[in-house]
Amino acid sequence: MTSSRPIELVCPAGSLPALKSAIDHGADCVYLGFKDATNARNFSGLNFDDKGMAEGIRYAHDRGRKVLLALNTYPQADNWQRWTGAVDRAAAFGIDAVILADPGLMAYARKTHPDLRLHLSVQGSATSYDAINFYHEHFGISRAVLPRVLSLAQVEQVIASTPVEIEVFGFGGLCVMVEGRCALSAYATGESPNCDGACSPGKHVRWEQTPKGMETRLNGILIDRFADGERAGYPTLCKGRFEVNDETYYAIEEPTSLNTLELLPELARIGVRAIKIEGRQRSPAYVAQVTKVWRAAIDRVLAGGQPFRVEAAWMAELNKVSEGQSHTLGAYYRPWK
Amino acid sequence: MKIALGPLLYYWPRQSTLAFYADMADAPVDVVYLGETVCSRRHELRLSDWLEVAEILAAAGKEVVLSSQVLVESESDLKSLRRIVANGHFRVEANDMGAVHLLSSGDTPVRDWIAGPTLNIFNPTTLDLFAGLGATRWVAPPEMSREQIRALRDGLGHHMEVEIFAHGRLPLAYSARCFTARHYNLQKDTCEFRCLEFADGIPLKTREGAPFLTLNGIQTQSAQVHTLLGDLPAVCAEGVDILRISPQGAHTPEILQLFRQALDGLIPPADALHEALPLLPAEPCNGFWHGRPGVELRLPN
Repeated sequence: MTSSRPIELVCPAGSLPALKSAIDHGADCVYLGFKDATNARNFSGLNFDDKGMAEGIRYAHDRGRKVLLALNTYPQADNWQRWTGAVDRAAAFGIDAVILADPGLMAYARKTHPDLRLHLSVQGSATSYDAINFYHEHFGISRAVLPRVLSLAQVEQVIASTPVEIEVFGFGGLCVMVEGRCALSAYATGESPNCDGACSPGKHVRWEQTPKGMETRLNGILIDRFADGERAGYPTLCKGRFEVNDETYYAIEEPTSLNTLELLPELARIGVRAIKIEGRQRSPAYVAQVTKVWRAAIDRVLAGGQPFRVEAAWMAELNKVSEGQSHTLGAYYRPWK
Repeated sequence: MKIALGPLLYYWPRQSTLAFYADMADAPVDVVYLGETVCSRRHELRLSDWLEVAEILAAAGKEVVLSSQVLVESESDLKSLRRIVANGHFRVEANDMGAVHLLSSGDTPVRDWIAGPTLNIFNPTTLDLFAGLGATRWVAPPEMSREQIRALRDGLGHHMEVEIFAHGRLPLAYSARCFTARHYNLQKDTCEFRCLEFADGIPLKTREGAPFLTLNGIQTQSAQVHTLLGDLPAVCAEGVDILRISPQGAHTPEILQLFRQALDGLIPPADALHEALPLLPAEPCNGFWHGRPGVELRLPN
C-alpha cells in the first residue's frame, strides 16, 4: 500500500452506509471490523459480514481509497482460530492493512501472509518508541496508532525515533484510560474491551425513572442520576458521577469528545502520518459531518499559504456531534492530566 | 507454591515504606517485587534506594525482582527504564512492551525476565513468543479466569512459571490523567503529592453510597479486595506456581501469614478467609477467577 497523501484521514465505518458516507466526504481510508468479538466495537447491529465487506472494499478501491480492518482484541486459547481465520479472510478480501494488538496474532499474520500490511492498534498500549520498535523489529509493522496519553512534544519524540508511521486520534469519543490497559468494564460486567471488544455493553444497561431522577445502571451499579431537564447520557462507566470524600462529580471524566482540530498544523509539522476519527458505533450522518470538516481542514493545512485558522463553522459542526456537546484536547493539553 | 509480594502500588512516606520492607525480611514471602510502577512523579524512594532494599531482602533469602513502570510517556521514563533493565543483578518484571524490547534486544539480551500482568498476554501463542524472547515467568492479567489460565497453560510449548494476582485491590486501569490530583483540583505536574495521604488510595462510591472503585493517582483500582484465600484448593489444582499478594495499607504481614498457613494445610482455606476479613480495607471479591464480573464474590462450597 503506497500512500497518496502526506496526512491520511482515517474514518470509521460501522456499516456499509457509513463507509460510503466516509468515502463520499473525503476519507483517505476507512476502518471497519467483522461482526464478532475480533474487533473493539463488537456491538449488535454494527460491522460487516462477508457480503458487506466485499462491497465496501470494492466501493473504496474503485475510488482509490483504502480499507483497514480492525482485529484489535486479544484472542484466547479457546477461540484462537476465530482470530487467525479473520486474518485469513482479510487477506483474501484484499484488505489494505489489518490493525492488530496481539503479538501472537501479528506473528501469525506475518508468517502466513507476508505481504499483508500490519498496523499496531491503539489497544497495543504502545506509548514509547521503544515499545513501537519492538513490534517493528519482530513483526514488521508499518504503522502504529498512539494511545491518547502523550503530549505533542512526546508524540514528536516518538516520530523522531522510529521508522514506523504514526497515526493519532483527531476526533471522537475519548477513552480517558490508556487503551488496552482498562479492565473497568470487565470488573463491572464481565465483558472487556481487551477480550470481548466491548466497554459498558448495552445488555447490562438499565435506565430507570425514579423519584430521585433518571438513574443509569451498569449491571446494577449506579453510574449516574440525572435531574429533570438534565440530558441523561449513556452509562459508560468512567463517565458517570461518583462520590469521593463526600463530593459528587465526574471523578474520572466528563462526557466529552476529543477534538484536536486546532493542533492540525502542529501534527502535520511533526510528521504525523494519519489522523483517526473515532466512532464506528455512530451514524452515517455523524461520519459524513466529521469527515467533511476534517477533509476541509487537512486540505487547508496541506495547501500551505496563509496561517491555518480553525473556522468557527467547523467547530460548530463538530460540537453538534460531540459527546456532551463539548470537546477537549485531552492529553495534548497538559492541564487536562 | 510460592508466595510473592507484588510491587507497592500506593505512595507511602519514605520511612513507612522502608519499615514495611524491613518487616518483609522476616515475613513468609518467597518473592518480592520492588520499584515504582504507577507514577514517575513519586520519588520518596529513588532507584538507588530500591536497590538498597533489594540487597537487604536478597540477603534475607528472598528472590527480588525489579518491576518496571506500566505507563511510559517521557524520555525520562525511558531513561529510568533503561537503568532498571541494566541493573545487572536482579531480574526484571516487564510491564510494557518498551521494557520487553530493551530486555530482549541489543548485543546482550537478558534471558531470564518476568512477563508482567499488564502485557496483555492472553493466549499460548503469544506467551510462547515471549518465552522465546527470554521470559521465564508469566504473571496473568488479573481479569483472566481459572478456565482461561488453564487453557493457556495447557497450550504452552515452553515451560514457564505461572503467577496469578491472588490478593489485593485489583489494578484495573491506567491513565495519563491523575485522578487524585483531579480530586483536589490540582494539575498532575503540581499535584503536591497528595497520594502520600492515602495508604490505601481514595475510595470512590456510587451516588447511593456503594463502594465501587479506588483512586490511586493515575491508576484506578477496585474498591473491593480481590482475594483467592477461600479458593486455594482450586488454585492449587490448576498448578499455579506463585500467588501474588498486593501490599495494603495495614496488615499485609498477617495476610501473608494466612496464605502461608492455608497453603501448608495448617488452617482450612475457608477459615483463613474468615480470619482475613477484618484485616481487609473493604469487602472481598473474587469474580474474575470464576469467570464472572470481577466485583462479584463466590464463596467456597
